[in-house]
Amino acid sequence: MLYALKIAARYLTANKGQTALLVLGVAVGVFIFIFMSALIGGLAEFILSRTVGDMSHITIQAETVDPPLLIAPDGAVLVASERGETRTATLSQSATWVPLIAAVPGVKAVSPQISGAGLLARGAQSAQVSVTGVEPGNESAILDLDGYMVEGSARLASDGIILGQKLADDLSLSLGQTLRLQSSDGATILLTLGGIFLTGNGAMDDGRAFVSLSTARSLFDTPQGVTRIEIKLDDLNSADDIALRIRALTGLDAVPWTDGAEQLMEALDAQAQTGIFLKTFALITIVIGVASALLLSTYRRRPEIGIMRAMGAGRGFVVFVFVMQGGLVGLMGGLSGAVLGYLALLPFPSRDEFRAGTLPMDITQGSYGLAILLTVIGAVLASILPARSAARVDPVTAIGQ
Amino acid sequence: MSALLEVRDLVKTYGSGEAATRVLRGLSLRLDTGEMAALLGPSGSGKSTLLTILGTLMKPTSGSHVMLGQDLIAAGDRELTAFRNLHIGFVFQFHNLLPDFTALENVIFPTSVREGRETPAARERGRDLLVRMGLGDRIDFPSANLSGGQKQRVAVARALMNSPELVLADEPTGNLDRASAMQVMELIGQINREEGTTFLISTHDEKIAGFCRRQIVVGDGLVTG
Repeated sequence: MLYALKIAARYLTANKGQTALLVLGVAVGVFIFIFMSALIGGLAEFILSRTVGDMSHITIQAETVDPPLLIAPDGAVLVASERGETRTATLSQSATWVPLIAAVPGVKAVSPQISGAGLLARGAQSAQVSVTGVEPGNESAILDLDGYMVEGSARLASDGIILGQKLADDLSLSLGQTLRLQSSDGATILLTLGGIFLTGNGAMDDGRAFVSLSTARSLFDTPQGVTRIEIKLDDLNSADDIALRIRALTGLDAVPWTDGAEQLMEALDAQAQTGIFLKTFALITIVIGVASALLLSTYRRRPEIGIMRAMGAGRGFVVFVFVMQGGLVGLMGGLSGAVLGYLALLPFPSRDEFRAGTLPMDITQGSYGLAILLTVIGAVLASILPARSAARVDPVTAIGQ
Repeated sequence: MSALLEVRDLVKTYGSGEAATRVLRGLSLRLDTGEMAALLGPSGSGKSTLLTILGTLMKPTSGSHVMLGQDLIAAGDRELTAFRNLHIGFVFQFHNLLPDFTALENVIFPTSVREGRETPAARERGRDLLVRMGLGDRIDFPSANLSGGQKQRVAVARALMNSPELVLADEPTGNLDRASAMQVMELIGQINREEGTTFLISTHDEKIAGFCRRQIVVGDGLVTG
């Protein structure tokens, strides 16, 4: 085996120019493979961060409990309306669950919230808003409010409110002004505008208001618990698995972001399939290139193969020499292509710095090891046909050539 | 002397039907250990075909072939390859060295391919053989850079590497000038005398044949003298 490797290496180094061209061809294929992996992976990352990045990755929503049916003694069902049916449902033991959930591996942040609809008014002007009460100090746990602030601070005071820029502009509001916020149940509270954000998401900038959790508790008459728990993960792709673990841990209906995001997932899947096609074509090119080059080498070295056979080299030995050549070409081309690919991806911004208008190339998703492995396997497979052809060379005919 | 090899009633036919050509027509031959024999005959008489069969590179259409007590007609490709490696050396007219290897690497090839690696012992024997062939200063030379006579001496050293019982040489001096040819034949004669290696040398050259103690003449596919 060692000796076959030596002969394979000698054959490759004997024609340095030809071998360099062959390795370069393989390296270009690997480069394309890596470039496509980084682009497709980065694009998926970019799309997800833009669509899901500021969302809760797992959400636990309090379930509204249906009022009990009233059954008459004769068995007839009565139409019943129970007082309190419209009362906001709550997760009453959130204080117990939040630390439990926060301890689950992969969970980055947990944000207990109280949310509801409200009417924001200043003077004669008013607007419908979706109010979210969050813990002070934990404002940017899910949505990166700190990063989106254009005026003021994301830190919520007990009587503070933070609004989107569009809403603030519509109501001609500026920092420090006092606003009146009324809940759908009629509770009213006076708040001071402490910050204005701009996310670029119209619905968010136009109709969302953040208040402190204690303010929301008073406004929505929720003395205990919260209405929802939002969870952010280190890796949003692990949402399904971690949601299952949280369900098992708490018994709560933890819903991953992937539920209801089928269209997005289909689009990402289609994009990934396109990437697989392109990478497969790159590999096929490598295989064809290596096979044709080795077939040519086999033909050129027929007399030498004949001599080796006459000197006592078995067919298996000859096969091994040519398969080794394929493996070495694959390894050298794979390594060169991986290095080239890595160097070419270095100038692109990292995944945390993706911006619109630039190619979202993710250097961490280059699939370098996979590219090298598949290339070596492909090159070895490509060399089997030429190797078998070499092993079938008739020594008598070959030596006479 | 004991018989090293014996072939009986060898027939070799190339092609089939109307295109069939019978090159050997029932040839029988016995070679004893330590013999140095010349194989003479005109072109097309079957000399090369006989050497190819004796070298186990080809099987006859019919007949028997026994060497060192082993029936080589019944042996499979793997057995013949191993047998050839251990017991038979070849010297071809055009030296047929591996051009990308040094003189030493060429010489030790038969041992290295059997061992699966180049052993120090093989290197030592290879060096000794090259020194004996007068190529002590060409040991690590690329074989492609050697002269014709030097290449042929490397080929002789390679044929002797595994200390085979039989060396088959097909026109070993046919491509050399007179001085180189004589030098190669003197080396072969010396090895035959000192080590008892059996040589069968195919040649057209009467002077080359004169180095051999026995002349075997082949004509029309049979041994005629």
